[in-house]
Amino acid sequence: MSVAAYSVGEASPRQKLLAGVLVVAYALVTMIPLVWIVLTGFKSPPASISYPPQVLFEPTLEGYVNLFTTRSRQTPEYIESLGPAETWYDALVRERNMVITGKSRFAGRYMNSVIIGFGSTFLAVFLGTLAAYAFSRFKVPLKDDLMFFILSTRMMPPVAVAIPIYLMYRELGLSDTHLGMILLYTAVNLSLSVWLLKGFVDEIPREYEEAAVVDGYTRFQAFVKVVLPQMRAGIAATAIFCLIFAWNEYAFALLLTSGTAQTAPPFIPIIIGEGGLDWPAVAAGTTLFLVPVVVFTVLLRKQLLRGITFGAVRR
Amino acid sequence: MKAVGFAAIAAALCAGTALPAIAQDKEITLCWAAWDPANALVELSKDFTAQSGVKMNFEFVPWTSFADRMLNELNSGGKLCDLMIGDSQWIGGGATYGHYVKLNDFFDAEGISMDDFLPAAVDAYSAWPKGSDNYYALPAMGDAVGWVYRKDWFEKPEIQAAFKEEYGRDLAPPKTWDELLEVGKFFQGREIDGETRYGAAIYTERGSEGITMGVTNALYPYGFKYENEPGSYDMEGAVNSPEAVKGLEVYKALYECCTPPGHSDAYMTEDLDAYKSGQTALQMNFFAFFPGIAKDPEVGGETSGFFVNPSANQAASVLGGQGISVVAYSDNKPEALEYIKWFAQPEVQQKWWALGGYAVHNAVVEDPNFPESTPFAAQFLEAMSNVKDFWQEPIYAELLQAMQKRVHDYVVADQGTAQEALDKLIEDWTISFEDDGKL
Amino acid sequence: MAQNAEQGLAVPGAGGLRGGLRRARGLSDRAITVLFIAPSVLLLLAINIFPLIWTVYLSFTNYRANQPGREIKWIGTRNYERLLGSEDVWGYLQATANFVVWTMLIQVLLGLGLALLINRNFRGAPFWTTIILIPMMLSPAVVGTFWTYLYQPQTGIFSYIINMFASVGPIDMIGSVHLAPWAIVIVDTWMWTPYIMLLCLAGLRSIPDYLYEAAEVDRANALQTFWYITLPRILPFLMLAVLFRGIENFKMFDMVVELTSGGPGSTTELASINLKREAFEKWRTGFASAFAVILFVTVFGLGNIYVKALNRVKQ
Repeated sequence: MSVAAYSVGEASPRQKLLAGVLVVAYALVTMIPLVWIVLTGFKSPPASISYPPQVLFEPTLEGYVNLFTTRSRQTPEYIESLGPAETWYDALVRERNMVITGKSRFAGRYMNSVIIGFGSTFLAVFLGTLAAYAFSRFKVPLKDDLMFFILSTRMMPPVAVAIPIYLMYRELGLSDTHLGMILLYTAVNLSLSVWLLKGFVDEIPREYEEAAVVDGYTRFQAFVKVVLPQMRAGIAATAIFCLIFAWNEYAFALLLTSGTAQTAPPFIPIIIGEGGLDWPAVAAGTTLFLVPVVVFTVLLRKQLLRGITFGAVRR
Repeated sequence: MKAVGFAAIAAALCAGTALPAIAQDKEITLCWAAWDPANALVELSKDFTAQSGVKMNFEFVPWTSFADRMLNELNSGGKLCDLMIGDSQWIGGGATYGHYVKLNDFFDAEGISMDDFLPAAVDAYSAWPKGSDNYYALPAMGDAVGWVYRKDWFEKPEIQAAFKEEYGRDLAPPKTWDELLEVGKFFQGREIDGETRYGAAIYTERGSEGITMGVTNALYPYGFKYENEPGSYDMEGAVNSPEAVKGLEVYKALYECCTPPGHSDAYMTEDLDAYKSGQTALQMNFFAFFPGIAKDPEVGGETSGFFVNPSANQAASVLGGQGISVVAYSDNKPEALEYIKWFAQPEVQQKWWALGGYAVHNAVVEDPNFPESTPFAAQFLEAMSNVKDFWQEPIYAELLQAMQKRVHDYVVADQGTAQEALDKLIEDWTISFEDDGKL
Repeated sequence: MAQNAEQGLAVPGAGGLRGGLRRARGLSDRAITVLFIAPSVLLLLAINIFPLIWTVYLSFTNYRANQPGREIKWIGTRNYERLLGSEDVWGYLQATANFVVWTMLIQVLLGLGLALLINRNFRGAPFWTTIILIPMMLSPAVVGTFWTYLYQPQTGIFSYIINMFASVGPIDMIGSVHLAPWAIVIVDTWMWTPYIMLLCLAGLRSIPDYLYEAAEVDRANALQTFWYITLPRILPFLMLAVLFRGIENFKMFDMVVELTSGGPGSTTELASINLKREAFEKWRTGFASAFAVILFVTVFGLGNIYVKALNRVKQ
């Protein structure tokens, strides 16, 4: 990534300053929506819909409590009769004449996102690694066509794909199951993982394996003992890209899951409180949902370009 | 020995309510929309669990995704829901496509009579085809669209005086759509207690069924009909009659003159928010929310009043409400049926009303004290006496989507005329009925 | 499945000429190829190709997925005739085209500008670049949801900030027929400008210094340098970015459906959104399948034409 010297000559200090100011300004504007959402997660429901919007406010964890619980409104007398609140979150909720009646479904949906995300990522990367190796090293009949076929599966609108999948899963009993979603996300991610990983394998010199084979390894052993270790970084990057896709996916989850296997993205937009959307709870859920992705983005920044172009641009 | 004795007593108790076949560790799931009455039902159902030992799970989905999610669930033969409190329009599909269990034999065996329920409710929520006595649901909750107004503002002398000066009559809850428009215009942009207020929160939602449930509040009173003759699918001159056109124009006028800013995609919850936060003087919403409004810390008590949907050429209200059905794909049908049996008991129905659910059992609504029991009970009965519902055809969802588009295009997006919107609606519906073999 | 492939196909490979030439230890290359690629291809066949063929078949029928007992009737091309003859459908396609064209245009300008600025290599550029990248990794559905909150005319921060600079009163981005198409363009631009920027940066960094030095010798001015050296070199990258993003935006569903659900009226009813209504709300499966096929053919057709153009530019 040492690219400093390439620009038009070397920019003058003043040019640099101007460029810096403009870029930083853009970055700050870009951050406003995200910062605002994170802040909203710490507002009380009335503060979240106050006019004009409050920039300074008293932070509260109500949004997070609401995100994880279901509550019902009770009369002050009834709440009085319950005795003192046992936990801080009970106390917080009672200030609004509410009583916690149970856990919300958010934690379960979040877990579904984790299970389906990791399950499909593992499968996609596993299958993708094998296929990428074969595509990279061996003569495959119709190689280009096959590679394009793999990519083309990604060009279809998800809603269009969902129609036959819906019918097929209904017949097979895969509707609203973790397995069904894992298989589907695996299939969708395969294109990404094959293309990306093939690029990584291409970069590993063949000589290593040839040498290993000469040393008496079988091809398969050479792949496992020589190539795989070299692919580690590439596999990790690919895995994160697959994970992010599965994590963010919405259309399939909306159309093919319901009570059992629903992931977080179709759930977050429908977190309602009393009356309309419970914005602090939605913001809290959004924050918890986005944090892992932001962390991964920062970790991945060097591989990002490769990931988002299916390996077409490598650096 | 003690334990055995206790079990014997429990068994005897169960026998009393005839629950012999039910295992103690059973669980069933009831699916409904996420709204105030659902919370009341959770409360009510505790009694069922206490009596039967069957644990109740609930899957509540917000209204705007309720139909989408649940019809998808039914169409994929899902086992998520054992009991479904499905919307009134689903009954045609539920019966025709076999999603719901037919309940006639069960009703006969258990002595549950549909004569014990409000006839309008039975017709709307339980029977398919309409007018027959094939029952696929027990009326669970009667509902219709009504209106809420800020009684405290209506009673302010300076406001009353200002209104009288402008319109030459006393400020009162509107009885006709013309009056409704006047009241809306009057409050629009008016300063009350130092804040700018608006006229009315109405339904304009695009995605599911919102604007259709809203606009029909004007269409029905003006004389809109779905068919010239019931069952004929002959829509020309009924759907787009001059009266219907007028009704649609009036709704658009109300939207344009008298709603708060950003009210282009509002349904139940948005209306509640707008009203509760003090933005609007009026709110259109389902009766189901009125118990919650009456108890609300901000706008409850004497702050709010309730009135029936205003009339125009005739009195009419938009039907809401649901029946409770047993899902055909359920593995727990005996327990689900047991729940319905329990729910149909007059005492349970009375408690249901007391908790905030709109029971339509005669034991509740024919009670002489019923109209006085809440500030909206009398209005509820009046509304239920002249309710009209959307198509309940098996293909209702398709018909609904067409209406959502045509009406939203006209009312909110301001495209074309009311006449064109309704003409196009007939075209859409004709194609749908042709595809379905009805025309 | 994989084992069958091994037994069935590995034998001829191992006994064949290649197997004889090599030291035939372990699996032959051919066997590995089949073994490694088959699972991926089979999964894609099952979850992408078979359903696609099914979709094409259904598009010629009157099938409805919510009427299981109904006889499936072959109705020829009626679904297609209806689709292509429908003013409404053309309206959705037009809305989609507008969305694609405007987002691409704005994002290319912004992204290219940002890349040129970042390429000045001011201090802290990598850090700010990473910040700018964050929005594009987020879940589009969740982004759509929280932008509805930001867009609230009274309580939202968007209108509030605009009003700090120009008192225009509450701005109803989502509710206004004129503003709603821009509302979705703005959010997409916020999310995806970094994508274009990243690819432009890669393009800029691929330009060798000596070209600029040569330009300097020839006394080219800044504009000429940009026009004759920078632009031609980054054009392939830029076009690749537009290809990927263009396809994604043509398929756009999640972000817009959460933001406007197609409204007001049908002003932001993009093709995928309407497809979902036809398929999963109206349950006109046959009709929706025809729509899906049309969309798919359009993406493929336009994509292919574009790739041809891209290849010409590369040469």
